[in-house]
Amino acid sequence: MNSPEHALSAKTRWVWRETLRIHRRAPETRLASSLSSIEIFVALYYGGILRHDAAEPLAELRDRLIISKGHGSICMYPILADLGFFPVEALDKVCQAGGFLGGIPDPVIPGYETVNGSLGHGLGVATGMALGLKRKASDRAVFVLAGDGELHEGANWEAAMFAAHHGLDNLNLIVDDNRISMLDYTNKIVGHGDLAGRFAAFGWQAEEADGHDVVQVRERLAAMKENHSGKPKVLVAKTRKGHGVPKLEGEPLCHIINPKPELLDQLLGEAP
Amino acid sequence: MTQPSQAMRDAFLLRLLEAMRQDEKLFFVTADFGSPVLDRIRAEHPERFVNVGIAEQNLINVSAGLALEGYTVFAYAIAPFITMRCYEQIRVSLALLSEVRPLNVNLIGVGAGYSYVVSGPTHQCYEDLTIMRALPNLGLLSPADHVTAAAMFDTCLARRQPKYLRLDAQVLPVVHQAGAPDPSLGFAQLRRPGKICLIATGYPVHTALQVAEQFAASGRDLAVIDLFDIAGFERPALLQTLADYQAIVTLEEGFKGRGGVDALFFDLLADTPPRPMLNLGVAPGYRFELGSRVQLHEQVGIGPNAVRAALTAFIDRHHL
Repeated sequence: MNSPEHALSAKTRWVWRETLRIHRRAPETRLASSLSSIEIFVALYYGGILRHDAAEPLAELRDRLIISKGHGSICMYPILADLGFFPVEALDKVCQAGGFLGGIPDPVIPGYETVNGSLGHGLGVATGMALGLKRKASDRAVFVLAGDGELHEGANWEAAMFAAHHGLDNLNLIVDDNRISMLDYTNKIVGHGDLAGRFAAFGWQAEEADGHDVVQVRERLAAMKENHSGKPKVLVAKTRKGHGVPKLEGEPLCHIINPKPELLDQLLGEAP
Repeated sequence: MTQPSQAMRDAFLLRLLEAMRQDEKLFFVTADFGSPVLDRIRAEHPERFVNVGIAEQNLINVSAGLALEGYTVFAYAIAPFITMRCYEQIRVSLALLSEVRPLNVNLIGVGAGYSYVVSGPTHQCYEDLTIMRALPNLGLLSPADHVTAAAMFDTCLARRQPKYLRLDAQVLPVVHQAGAPDPSLGFAQLRRPGKICLIATGYPVHTALQVAEQFAASGRDLAVIDLFDIAGFERPALLQTLADYQAIVTLEEGFKGRGGVDALFFDLLADTPPRPMLNLGVAPGYRFELGSRVQLHEQVGIGPNAVRAALTAFIDRHHL
């Protein structure tokens, strides 16, 4: 029962519940897209992947994490509070005057590196950081979380070409491939086809994972981080937007749907 | 003895080349745009020279990432492309992010105004001052000669903030023969006497000087100010300088009435006693005529003849 695998699963469940609680208090937050990336963040922070320092969030010795899909990372709030980046009480003031945890996270939050509300910027900035780290002979890694929807922004592919050309094998992209943008399934808007295959064609080392199997995600990320074969790396995590919440999961408009408080209460009241 | 002229970019990049030899934290990024001095930077410092290709959005993002890792970054491209093609990258990852994390990224745009004379409206740049001055936290430097451009390298190093440095693509005569102007003031007075003060930035400083000389020959003095630091000039000092004049004339190589230098002075002078003001700039519109830079300027209202005629009418209208 006390295996590391079990601990990761328990943490995943805890973050899922805390994220629902935050959304219950602050319905302005985007719930569905914050539920597809929970296992990814749990694996990074509790699975020993990401070196971090809550006392000094921008310490030189940290691994960098750029959260490009800012809106869909409300699940980071309980994680960062739990790890000591800021007091737990701050979670009570999400989207409130005097608080600093907004509907879309900003870099005033300890643990956030960059501005993330506008989509499609993270990979490019992370690419510059990865190049900078290489040039100063640092062995720190750069992780980026991007949504599949924001990969419609062309700047991502400018960065993808650049990172491969420069062999930035300290750059690790995770795509939260929940396959739903704001108005519809991405394959009904502009389909990505075989996303991993597209990155491979751009010169990346590409892999897929079940994004809701936290143990598998952790294993893939650990292997990815240690892989220095001269190529940037991407893990396409197959996820479900609105994971675990009826009326969100599988609903193409779930990005902008707020579940009724009663439904959230009912889900939170069930045995964990 | 007058100083020989040099291209602004060569004067600036020579300073950078020299500094890169001493300072490991200087990084150069270009969007496939070059110069002979750049070839030397590339040859001497291949580890800190990167060509991102024709990809200005990535130019900005990569520069932001490098700056976050502690580098002082010089990003280089043609003026309209390094400002307008990637405006939201500049807004989000430079202007906005630097509110929280200090970033020293220097955007070097070559081709202010009509300096790419025969390349047409895509390569000419009449909007950059307007849109770049809309962004808080962004420095905005606009030299009128290579002496000032070279000196601005020190300003780029000293001020840890994102900046836009707009350089002319042509070799222009030296305005500041006695040496670079004081960077802390952000402006320099080139001619003092007279009731009317002409204020310009970049190439139009030369037009203002030429027109002022012509008026002086017929017995009327006009003052001329070179405003080279558009975001960081010392407001009280400029207001005090302008208090000596009965009328203010601005001259810009950008669209008139669209938020450029003219708007800057409406704001600056809002709390001063009313006095006649004339704003001269490019008549908004895109044109495809070919000709010399002066000919193009005359067509849109900022050539020496057009400025002289507008000034004469202004003087008559206000009995100056």
